[in-house]
Amino acid sequence: MAGVSNDEIRILTPSGMLGYGFPIDHFKMGLALKPHAITIDSGSTDSGPQKLGLGEMTCSREAYVKDIEVLLEAQQATRIPVLISSAGGDGSNLHVDVFRGIIAEIAARRGWHFKLASIYADIDKAHIARELKAGRIEPLGPVPPLDPREIDAATVVVAQMGAEPFVKALDEGEGVDVIVGGRSYDPSPTAAMAIRAGFDPALAWHMGKIMECGALCAEPVGRNVMGYLRRDHFEIEPLNPAERCTTASVAAHTLYEKTHPFLLAGPGGTLDLSQCRYEQVSDRRVRVSGSKFIPANPYTVKLEGAKTAGWRSIFIAGARDPIFISQIDEILAKVLAGTRAYFSEIPEETYQIIPHLYGKNGVMGDLEPVKTPAHELCIIIEVAAATQAIATAICGKARTSLMHAPYPGRIATAGNLASPFTPLEIPLGEACEFNVYHLMKIDSPTTLFPIRYEEI
Amino acid sequence: MALVPTPLRDIAKVVRSKNAGPFEITLDIVFKTREDFEAVRKSGVITRELVSELYNVPTQNIITFGFFELVNAVKITLPRPRVQGGIGETDMHAAQQHVPLQEIKIPWPS
Repeated sequence: MAGVSNDEIRILTPSGMLGYGFPIDHFKMGLALKPHAITIDSGSTDSGPQKLGLGEMTCSREAYVKDIEVLLEAQQATRIPVLISSAGGDGSNLHVDVFRGIIAEIAARRGWHFKLASIYADIDKAHIARELKAGRIEPLGPVPPLDPREIDAATVVVAQMGAEPFVKALDEGEGVDVIVGGRSYDPSPTAAMAIRAGFDPALAWHMGKIMECGALCAEPVGRNVMGYLRRDHFEIEPLNPAERCTTASVAAHTLYEKTHPFLLAGPGGTLDLSQCRYEQVSDRRVRVSGSKFIPANPYTVKLEGAKTAGWRSIFIAGARDPIFISQIDEILAKVLAGTRAYFSEIPEETYQIIPHLYGKNGVMGDLEPVKTPAHELCIIIEVAAATQAIATAICGKARTSLMHAPYPGRIATAGNLASPFTPLEIPLGEACEFNVYHLMKIDSPTTLFPIRYEEI
Repeated sequence: MALVPTPLRDIAKVVRSKNAGPFEITLDIVFKTREDFEAVRKSGVITRELVSELYNVPTQNIITFGFFELVNAVKITLPRPRVQGGIGETDMHAAQQHVPLQEIKIPWPS
């Protein structure tokens, strides 16, 4: 690894999400600038609870192989470390091991050898239960207090690690080349590199916060981005010559997907950006200074968990008849009441029937300000029940009832729905629900995150 | 100069909504210039009460509401109407919940 000077550490981030792909030519332009590390995040709760709930990944295994091979090739050529966070999207142990497998497979195929550290982030449920009892767990935002039964119900619970486990892996690993992190606060790999090299943690976290999204801070938004962290500021520049960072685009970036524009809470403290200065140092590069980090005492980490919540089936159908559409609410209410009556042997609290009416209020539900429906509707009926078979049966009954429902003024007596697909009832498998999203106080920022070292 | 009611979408550079974690939705209005930002702030149209009405959230439940000069932006964060991605979800990423906000009318020079 190229030595980090006292004055500057350079980090290359090829993309905001491992597995989405990134332009290789711009990545190579970044490598030519002699970065001290490559960091890339793989995590997000944004596409839903099914990753934690069912062990699914954000991207396909093939997509991860493709991106990781590019990263490993760069590692082999430059010998700088590659730090990956939140393997697979949820950062569960399962997916850390999937990434280990991918890395070993690529290395064997290409004849590469290096040192790998894997950091795990699943948290033992018994530990969580003890901490809950001890009053060391509280809701994060508008979340109900944690019920001990929800801990058991969760498929897996992970905690977002800070920079410390990455720093530990780099220190203990003695020349570790690649780190696969389980669930991590997204900026942790970048912050870890900079904090370990002795730079200001506030600047390190802020630069990490911007870079974890790749070149999303640029105009137009892009993938590959380079960060230059110095003693009292950092600079950020996209690698695609067609993109530029502006003071406005960099300052506004911290609005994105965040609760507050300036106060960003993470493991071990809160980043305060309210006093930051943004300066345009070249046409495409912005300098940032004045970031502050307020350490939390005690140190807290965010727990994330999801459970399965029954099986779903849906049907999708169109409606075009204006006489039918003008009465859709009444017709639907009757049909769903009839469906519930028909399945009177199934306890009502064990299933749900939820209509989605596109062309009326499918996107916004009760918040929809426009009250007049469109000339055609897409009707989706979502049924969730204890088994797939029951969900499909209820869904089928609702569909056939709606298809043939009589209504005042009906002249299209052959059927009310235009069905595009078979199967007419579509089984969706298990539904999931986030059920743990809480802050847990911890004594050490590293002990909950065991590290495994291996020679590949 | 005559002021005419103008939808926010014709004034702002960005009006968007997105999840801020699985339990919150956040709305950003970013303006092209400090002047536009100040003029909209001065109009007094965008208030906690308006947000409460548009999104059916009691004002005391609003998590963040503010005009932030450093970024020429309004930021509003609310509890999500339902937990992200569960049964009955209509917008997994909460990416299309900005529309009521972008349709509000600001008195604006014609």
